[in-house]
Amino acid sequence: MRLAVEVALARAAGRLSRLSGRGGGTTLPGKLLAAVDPGAITALASRLPQGSVVISATNGKTTTAALAASILSQRATLARNAAGANLVSGVASTLATADRAELGLFEVDEAALPEVARRLSPRVVALGNLFRDQLDRYGELELVAERWRTMVGQLPDEAWLVVDADDPVVADLACGRERVVTYGVDDPAQARPSLQHAADSKYCLRCGAPYAYRAAYVGHLGDYVCPACGHERPELDVYARDVVLNGVDSVSFELVVAGAARHVGLRLPGLYNVYNALAAAAVARALDVGVDDVARGLERTAAAFGRAERIAVGDRTLLLLLIKNPAGANEVVRTLVDAGPRRAVLVALNDATADGRDVSWIWDVDFEPLTAAAEHLVVSGGRAAELALRFKYGGCDLGALEVVPDLERALDRALELVPPGGELVCLPTYTAMLALQRVVTGRGLAKPYWERVA
Amino acid sequence: MRLTIGHLYPEYLNIYADRGNIAVLTQRARWRGIDVDVRAIGLGEATPIGEIDLFYVGGGQDKEQLAVAADLAARGPALAEAVASGTPLLAVCGGYQLLGRFYRDRAGAEQPGAGLFPLFTVAGERRMIGDVLLECELEPGERRTVAGFENHAGRTVLDADAVPFGRVLAGFGNDGESGFEGCRLGSAIGTYLHGPLLPRNPWLADWLLAQAAARRSGATVRLAELDDTIEADAHAIAAGRARARGGRL
Repeated sequence: MRLAVEVALARAAGRLSRLSGRGGGTTLPGKLLAAVDPGAITALASRLPQGSVVISATNGKTTTAALAASILSQRATLARNAAGANLVSGVASTLATADRAELGLFEVDEAALPEVARRLSPRVVALGNLFRDQLDRYGELELVAERWRTMVGQLPDEAWLVVDADDPVVADLACGRERVVTYGVDDPAQARPSLQHAADSKYCLRCGAPYAYRAAYVGHLGDYVCPACGHERPELDVYARDVVLNGVDSVSFELVVAGAARHVGLRLPGLYNVYNALAAAAVARALDVGVDDVARGLERTAAAFGRAERIAVGDRTLLLLLIKNPAGANEVVRTLVDAGPRRAVLVALNDATADGRDVSWIWDVDFEPLTAAAEHLVVSGGRAAELALRFKYGGCDLGALEVVPDLERALDRALELVPPGGELVCLPTYTAMLALQRVVTGRGLAKPYWERVA
Repeated sequence: MRLTIGHLYPEYLNIYADRGNIAVLTQRARWRGIDVDVRAIGLGEATPIGEIDLFYVGGGQDKEQLAVAADLAARGPALAEAVASGTPLLAVCGGYQLLGRFYRDRAGAEQPGAGLFPLFTVAGERRMIGDVLLECELEPGERRTVAGFENHAGRTVLDADAVPFGRVLAGFGNDGESGFEGCRLGSAIGTYLHGPLLPRNPWLADWLLAQAAARRSGATVRLAELDDTIEADAHAIAAGRARARGGRL
């Protein structure tokens, strides 16, 4: 009874938040709930008949969750947290408003994951990549990995652990567990000639020697083997082969789940989205979903909030590709550059807490190919000048570079540079993406984020 | 003229976008018609002090720093000799710590450093993170500000007669108490400041290059002026951040 009252109050707060226009109320109910009764979250989670799935990684949480939702919504009503509400409060808010849900599906921030897992006792824990990200927020990669290791150690035996086997640190977390689903890419044609500059986790977990890569795909993700002690990538339960990239529009591949192969054409671009699809497929595998349903669900998925999202602006389109850290940004740049030259690209760098206050990471991004591929570069955001320096010292001709810190003006300027019927690609950091969303929503061009499914 | 930058352990110590510092040094030299080579110096390789005009060492995660600590410590005498002869050196974050006399961890164990900088570092409880603004006077009468970002749990203590890199206007600095940041020893500078350091503080890059060029040519060098409008903007914004949200104990 008391729980019901708490939940009702929390939900009322969420409605008020939305009505007053102060955001989607996607985390306020949860914060209230957690403050009033910390045990409420566990109690609510245990009411989900099919339990819950938690998904975490440095890059790809939101898209993986969207892909998994497409698959799983075919057979269960889902409780899902909204984009951006991926801390304990966001998960709690979702539970508070999830009346008839049968299965919880939550994307969770890497630092918040141990606590969420403790309270939810999830049925499936999906661990993707760990990349250098927002150093001023987490301190170091190793700390997050350590806390994940402790969390995995405390997971009950019945819980399924899904791991990105292409990430040595993450793959290692599954050691010794029975219920594991591994995923990775098996397509040497997609391999890069050498490890990217921004690669972390380069040294063997067992003996410290540098890993050799039979194929390095994204950052330090790939088919690794230690030349000194032989430690290598585990066998893959779920993998992708015959990947065909199609610029910023799409990617297709052959999905193999426990030996059964299906062709999958994603409506999302880039090798990084193949990883996201594999993670979702592996989660589905842990829940016994058949490979046909998996393929169908993956193919139905549209771009998530700000991740390869296309918005029509007059007779041009705006394509938003979120960038957060070197590994993710490198993949976005690679995908964009592979699509061919274009008239204008807008890059926007903010340094609010959610973006990371330490902007040094932009110097670890391989932006140089973008300089060659874009005729005009417009840089914007609170730290536009830093971006300008990055491009200047990266060899960009200053005549091709425009510094317009104000996001709305930058958007309009960049759109001007794109010919009618053309597409403006924008690479914003998180709060810059939100601000651009608000601009286009304010102009009636797109729905507010809390009205979208993903 | 050709200058050679010796970049120590680029594979291990590169967590704070150190390649940005290298890019700035390299480009600003080239824009003045000075050719630059960047040479990696790795584990077990000798320190070619005769051939290096400017040393650079960055920072890394704990594991990476541990991997190079002993090797870097062994270079102490060679680096001291180079610096004594006027070779500029820039050490950032972990590199700065490792070039001190020692590092004392939480358990009280001391790991010897290179002994170049007159200081030691003690592992601290609280992490000092945030924007930083310093006032520096590397040349008498030439006061400059330096804007950067710090992220360290180590508390660095300078010897009584040691010279800091700068005075803290905003931020924690070496230990959150002394009011000073970094250490300067002749042509060598150690600092916790990244960002990276040099893009927003081009005068410092030029100071290091001028030292290197002077030593190479045997005469004082005056580097041509460059258009640093964007650099000045970036500096101003970063300085504003430091004043608004720089760390306070």
